[in-house]
Amino acid sequence: MKINSVRIPNINKRKIIESLGKNKRLNNRGLLDYRDMNIELGISKNAEGSARVKIGKTEIIAGVKLSTQEPYPDHEDEGTMSVFMEFSPLCGERYESGPPKIDSIEIARIVDRGIRESGFIDWKALCIKKNEKVWSIMVDIYCINDDGNILDASSMAAIAALQSAYFPRYDEKEEKVKFGEFTKNKLPLTKNIPFQMTFYEIKENLLLDADREEEDISNGRFTITLSQPKNEKIINALQKGGKSAFSSQEINLMIENSEKIYDTYFLKIDNQIKKLIKTKN
Amino acid sequence: MVYTKRTDGRKMDQLRPIKAEVGIIPNADGSALFAYGDTVAIAGVYGPKHLHPQHLQNPEKCTIRCNYNMLPFSVTERARPGPNRRSKEIALITENALSTVVDLDRFPGTVIDVEIVILQANASTRCAGINAAAMALAHAGIVMKELVSSVSIGKIDDKIVTDITKEEEDHDLGGGATDIPFTICSNSKKIVHLQLDGKIPTKRFNEAIDAAISACEKINQYQIRALKGEKIDENK
Repeated sequence: MKINSVRIPNINKRKIIESLGKNKRLNNRGLLDYRDMNIELGISKNAEGSARVKIGKTEIIAGVKLSTQEPYPDHEDEGTMSVFMEFSPLCGERYESGPPKIDSIEIARIVDRGIRESGFIDWKALCIKKNEKVWSIMVDIYCINDDGNILDASSMAAIAALQSAYFPRYDEKEEKVKFGEFTKNKLPLTKNIPFQMTFYEIKENLLLDADREEEDISNGRFTITLSQPKNEKIINALQKGGKSAFSSQEINLMIENSEKIYDTYFLKIDNQIKKLIKTKN
Repeated sequence: MVYTKRTDGRKMDQLRPIKAEVGIIPNADGSALFAYGDTVAIAGVYGPKHLHPQHLQNPEKCTIRCNYNMLPFSVTERARPGPNRRSKEIALITENALSTVVDLDRFPGTVIDVEIVILQANASTRCAGINAAAMALAHAGIVMKELVSSVSIGKIDDKIVTDITKEEEDHDLGGGATDIPFTICSNSKKIVHLQLDGKIPTKRFNEAIDAAISACEKINQYQIRALKGEKIDENK
């Protein structure tokens, strides 16, 4: 839960805007660069899959738990997924404990949409018995240290955790999940891995991966989730956030840039995750 | 069956491999990680700071406010996120234990927020949480009379064991399992938190206290080493 009593000093605000006028960020990054990223898998043994993602000083952990449930009546042979996101009060002085508020609900829903719409998960393969029982995937995302751009870090952590997850054993006779006993079966995932990136607008500059101060100054943000099933990149989710307006040129520019950013970062991150999974086995 | 050998091969008074580190959360005024084997707790401290709402302020003393949060994926079957009766009780006993050692008179009217998060659970989560919280307070530079260390002593069947695991907690043969978490001050050796769950003859309780004191002395050494900047990881 976020409280709004913490504001950034005007002098920092002026400095950031001033240097953006010269096309520069205070931290010397390019406008469309991510900070250094670090991914770790298997951070919690009891989870079916888990990951820690650090982007600069921002730290997010995500865990995947599996259980079974009755399918939804309109998707009688498909598994389900729910994504939860919470700002733990230890992640920054502006957060207090309490049930997730709209800021974390929005993040969870954006991450959920990207994963769902990209076709990353093969829902039909999660069916145990049509009309009766399907697997349900629960993804829990927690912020451990907030230094801006929680959105992209959350998505990255959720996707890494899903990729590292193994099914627990399902006892067919008892029709029960044996929690704590892991099988060697991975989740039915496809190659359509979504990649989410968020642009923050500060005085008509559009910058990627804002840190805490930049995010506090920015009036609006725009989140794009891309995947590339074949040769063409597909937009799977969009979300305009914040209280500002974008022109259609700006939107087009961001979509154009998002393709370049996808090309620069996606393979790097994906290879890192694949390597981590390999070394774990 | 008599419990003669511990399920993980440890000696009766041996702790699990310890992990201890401070400064893991850059935003926090003080932060620490403490792990007993597979039980991993992290803690962050914010404060002393203004206490809102104002009517909660104590004009004579600082208030310590704790939160204990077990992540949904830290346990085998997903735990519902958010506070529950268990987590509220643990937060309270942690608050009480820490309030005895922090010099509360120094910061009247303020609050120190202590946030404990359990990343991975295999019994003794409250003890790992208290250890991490005490280290985080010290790391934040908050004036404390002494450190506290916490450990859970168990009576499994008829053996007194130190730092019990989930498997031992679930032991139901013979005398069953009794879980006795202690929190003890580093210098005065006063007990600032004590709970018991199970059954133990009054005559044997002294053994549990002795085991707790000697275990807490060891834990205190780890805490001090970590506070001096060492990254302790005995799993490696």
